[in-house]
Amino acid sequence: MEFLTAIFIQPFFDMVDDPVLFLQVIWEGFVTGILYSLIAFGFVLIFKASGVFNFAQGIMVVFAALTLVGLHENGVPAFIALPITIVVMYALAFSVERLVLRSLVNQPDIILFMATIGLTFFLIGFGEFIFGGEPKMMITEELLLPYDSITFFDDMLILQEIDIAASVIAVIALIILALFLGKTKIGIALRAVADDHQAALSVGVSLNTIWVVVWFISGIIALITGIMWGAKSDVSFALSIIAFKALPVLILGGFTSVPGAIVGGLIIGIGEKIGEFYWGHLVGGSIEGWLAYMIALVFLFFRPQGLFGEKIIERV
Amino acid sequence: MFYREAGQFKSSYVADQELFPVKQDRLGIFLIIGFSFIVIPLIANDYWLQAILIPFLIFSLAALGLNLLTGYAGQLSLGTGGFMAVGAYSCYKLVTVFPETNVILLILLSGFISAGVGLIFGIPSLRIKGFYLAVATLAAQFFFEWLFGRVKWFYNYNDSGAIEVQVRKVFDIAVTGPVATTQARYMVVLCIVTVLALIAVNIVRGRIGRAWMAIRDMDIAAELIGIRPLTTKLIAFAISSYYAGVAGALYVFTYLGSAEVEVFDINISFEILFMIIIGGLGSISGAFFGAAFIVLIPILITNLPLILGIPINTATVEHFNFMILGALIVLFLIFEPHGLAKIWSILREKLRVWPFPY
Repeated sequence: MEFLTAIFIQPFFDMVDDPVLFLQVIWEGFVTGILYSLIAFGFVLIFKASGVFNFAQGIMVVFAALTLVGLHENGVPAFIALPITIVVMYALAFSVERLVLRSLVNQPDIILFMATIGLTFFLIGFGEFIFGGEPKMMITEELLLPYDSITFFDDMLILQEIDIAASVIAVIALIILALFLGKTKIGIALRAVADDHQAALSVGVSLNTIWVVVWFISGIIALITGIMWGAKSDVSFALSIIAFKALPVLILGGFTSVPGAIVGGLIIGIGEKIGEFYWGHLVGGSIEGWLAYMIALVFLFFRPQGLFGEKIIERV
Repeated sequence: MFYREAGQFKSSYVADQELFPVKQDRLGIFLIIGFSFIVIPLIANDYWLQAILIPFLIFSLAALGLNLLTGYAGQLSLGTGGFMAVGAYSCYKLVTVFPETNVILLILLSGFISAGVGLIFGIPSLRIKGFYLAVATLAAQFFFEWLFGRVKWFYNYNDSGAIEVQVRKVFDIAVTGPVATTQARYMVVLCIVTVLALIAVNIVRGRIGRAWMAIRDMDIAAELIGIRPLTTKLIAFAISSYYAGVAGALYVFTYLGSAEVEVFDINISFEILFMIIIGGLGSISGAFFGAAFIVLIPILITNLPLILGIPINTATVEHFNFMILGALIVLFLIFEPHGLAKIWSILREKLRVWPFPY
């Protein structure tokens, strides 16, 4: 009985008792959720445009952040290192399309998925070989990002300025991307490819160009995520586990839905922080690792294609 | 010239349904089994057994299990490491509860616990398909990593948090624990792997295996011809987890000796997935080819500079290891997406008509 109270009643009392703390937990969840959304957004873009389940998205985040920090360590000023990193991400997108995707056209999905895992391994080795394996500090100051904290309610609610900046930048990035997808010529071509490869080809859209563009955009998103996440902890290959955090976001929101990635990211981010804070201690803590998967699984039982995914219609 | 099946007529149904219908195949299998049972323990040294052969056999078993699930039944799973951990930890608990029982029996029994767990995590497969399912199986992976790391009961409240394998004897020969010779451990692994591999060959050519393949090729069509998707998929999950569980138990009991839950992390799941992709999806021999490849490549990359006399530090080797493995996987997928087993079958076809191909 006591245990049941601890599970079903006590946490809610705790929430009402200390609403400021509750707000703090929600805010933390919101910030992580935004970053999950960004990663999931990179996944969704590539999945929609080329049907590739891009396992390498997590490592692209690390690779981008590492390139930026590594360049700065070698004496390149931050505002020159940033464009160079963008060029590197373009080179990566170009070579992935040319060397991997083009040779694997028309292969089953699992083969493409495996290829991106191979790419992940390659990037891990390559990144460590060039920049070394030890963790690095993100160059927050040099990029003119704020790093103080603001407090409310007599120091009870603490907001890190970098978190606020991260959310603002993420929202701006998402809006720009939405405009890009909706208004520009390439964006429309991209949506056409996502909708139907063959139909897009037949009206003269070049698949190869689109794939490069899509991987490049994902690379940029990876860079933004890498800067933000790196500023919260440090830059090392341990960061790539956030890719595993983004996977439940994907299945929750649906592989093919951009709003799904955003809503899913927020649900998972806030859900796992609240779960960890109010229920985690009951079973020994650190449940963040799998709680997100369980939340996603529960949703999947009712909607197998995710919250916003396209309905799966199967024919014999 | 030598590999011809001309003239081998089957005059009874029993002969027609043999496991290896071609005489040379049968001979080859007997030779391989005989060689690994009799010759290898005599000639191989400890390094070969411990660093190459034992891990190769254990990973083959795990890959075999995953291949039954992913290659034959078409259910993509990333939770192999989790199921191996279940096998290893339940075996550890069984050994502490029944110290007198034959340890080989307990290793085989612990597979059943893993199979039960696999059954539970297989339930979503009825509604979820493809990559959604793969992500769902990751839930198993992360959940068990957490469970065995956090709940002290599973490692008997050890201070180190690791499970230590005690010495257990079978017929007065120590087969587990620090005093067991590599030969004894090798023989245990080899016996179990041989028996389970033969069972797997039988399963996939029987009713269950055919049902799996029908589900894999198109589940709605399979349902229409009277195959129950739920039972078929659940059987696949149970049997696959059984193999993974036994492999996990062997991994700790005969190879590592002591282990923390970190050895069963997500990387091992991916390694085993690599094995079946490189070896060949949907083929028993592919699991063995793939395991050999993945076990041997890092050893080769580490030792090659030493053999060639190039001075190179270990950190760089580690990085190159990752790079080369990643590049090899991509190259393999580009040039032979059906894996080593396909290369073998092409060679076999060539061999049949050699030396007069026309």
